[in-house]
Amino acid sequence: MSTAFEKIIAAPAELTDNRDSKCPVVLMTRIRLARNLANHRFPGRADPAEREEILQRCQESLAGTPGLKRSTSVRIEDLNPQERQLLVERHLISRELSGSTVGGGVVINRDQSVSVMVNEEDHLRIQVLRTGFQFRKAWALIDSLDTALEQSLDYAFSPKLGYLTACPTNLGTGMRASAMMHLPALVIAGQMEKVVRAVNQLGIVVRGLFGEGSDASGSIFQISNQTTLGEAEAVIVKRLQNVLKSIVEHELNARDRLLENDPAKLPDKIGRAFGVLRNAHLISSSEAMNLLSLVRLGVDLGYFPEDHRVGVDRLFIEAQPGHIRRRAGRSEIDSDERDRLRAEQLRCEFAKFSSPGYNNLADA
Amino acid sequence: MASPLKCDLCDNQATVHLTQIVNHKVHKVDLCESCAQAKGVTDPSGFSLADLLLKASLNPEPSAAAGLRCEQCGFVPEDFKKTGRLGCPQCYESLTGLVDPMLENMHKGTHHVGKMPERAIERKSLHDRLNALETNLKSAIDAEQYEDAAKFRDEIVQVREAAGLPVSSS
Repeated sequence: MSTAFEKIIAAPAELTDNRDSKCPVVLMTRIRLARNLANHRFPGRADPAEREEILQRCQESLAGTPGLKRSTSVRIEDLNPQERQLLVERHLISRELSGSTVGGGVVINRDQSVSVMVNEEDHLRIQVLRTGFQFRKAWALIDSLDTALEQSLDYAFSPKLGYLTACPTNLGTGMRASAMMHLPALVIAGQMEKVVRAVNQLGIVVRGLFGEGSDASGSIFQISNQTTLGEAEAVIVKRLQNVLKSIVEHELNARDRLLENDPAKLPDKIGRAFGVLRNAHLISSSEAMNLLSLVRLGVDLGYFPEDHRVGVDRLFIEAQPGHIRRRAGRSEIDSDERDRLRAEQLRCEFAKFSSPGYNNLADA
Repeated sequence: MASPLKCDLCDNQATVHLTQIVNHKVHKVDLCESCAQAKGVTDPSGFSLADLLLKASLNPEPSAAAGLRCEQCGFVPEDFKKTGRLGCPQCYESLTGLVDPMLENMHKGTHHVGKMPERAIERKSLHDRLNALETNLKSAIDAEQYEDAAKFRDEIVQVREAAGLPVSSS
């Protein structure tokens, strides 16, 4: 393993270790900006020499940017497939970039809350991740990073069309703001489809955990703005926030209703999930996601102490195949062995968990 | 006789037709049965639908874009149909006939509102101004109008100094 990569991966991370801003329903907030350099072909059309030139130009600017002083810069081609997958599972690079050849790169800050992809679909994809519901902070940070970068990079920009992007769907602000939402009650109650339809009408899109084309294992959904041109960033974020707040409310109502109509159903599901996580010897990653999802719901409902939430959120990431492989210290293990190792890790983690207390059931 | 609608993703006959209205704008997709299945259209909880419909607005009108070509990178509308992406920033100007009709259905508006790269814009306008002055200077010298030439030269020095650029006499 390369040392630069180790340096990124080993440090405590915003998503997995920041316990301060963990909250019910919203796992994390993410904003990304698409930016391109003027007078260069977009990465998809540039030849290897031009992609290389773009990478060097961007790396230079990124290295000199305040806020990225202690970041680590790696070339994707220097990483093996396992390392690439690890970065995907941590939401630091996209699946598309993980498959890139010449000139693909990423710069990641110390707590993995900022990552800048180079030569993905656009020359630059700047991303800020914050745990919990934190659009204001995420925007303030990404806005200042973008402004700092622009001191030394000539962005492709048109007064009429805004920031010019490889795909016209990102034109204008180049901004995609999203929240990772944990919506188990809406899923159990079969209301997700209605929610998806309703928010689509407002220009808001719902995707699975790993973005476009991924499934919603663990009842986790990525919800983001669809349009980028014709409205200012603040207006887009405001509307998204309002929609998200109302989704949170719907989720909480759905939980109340489930507890009211069938008081034993949720505690039963949660208790069983806990039992399996504590005792199973083989768990697939999608089963793990679904069980962890129920335990997180249990924390929200007060069956487990509040501070257990951070552990569950960390396991959402560490139960992924790439992370299991890394713990095993081997690059090639078959899926049965992986399921065994995953169960072993989960047993060990859940042995430290407090057993669920259902004392507050009477008030429900 | 009208030819049967083709699937947006392959060349089979389209039998599944979807319409969605987002922000009062109509998005349509036509699919054959197997593509519809593959894309999860028939899955009742299929949230990948929005992506599909969004991509549908990336289908360019063939007529308006025919014969266009980006002089900067050689990009042609057929390339867009393959990848859904443009070739370079210049394409947005070279291929307005392709891009503009798509934008109408894709976004809230057709004009950018929001953040602008202030420094990049300053640098560009400075660059354009200096270029214009250099051109004027050159044509004044060529026309042997030395009084004008001196004026342009002074102005170039002033502009460069004001911008903190090195003032070399080249």
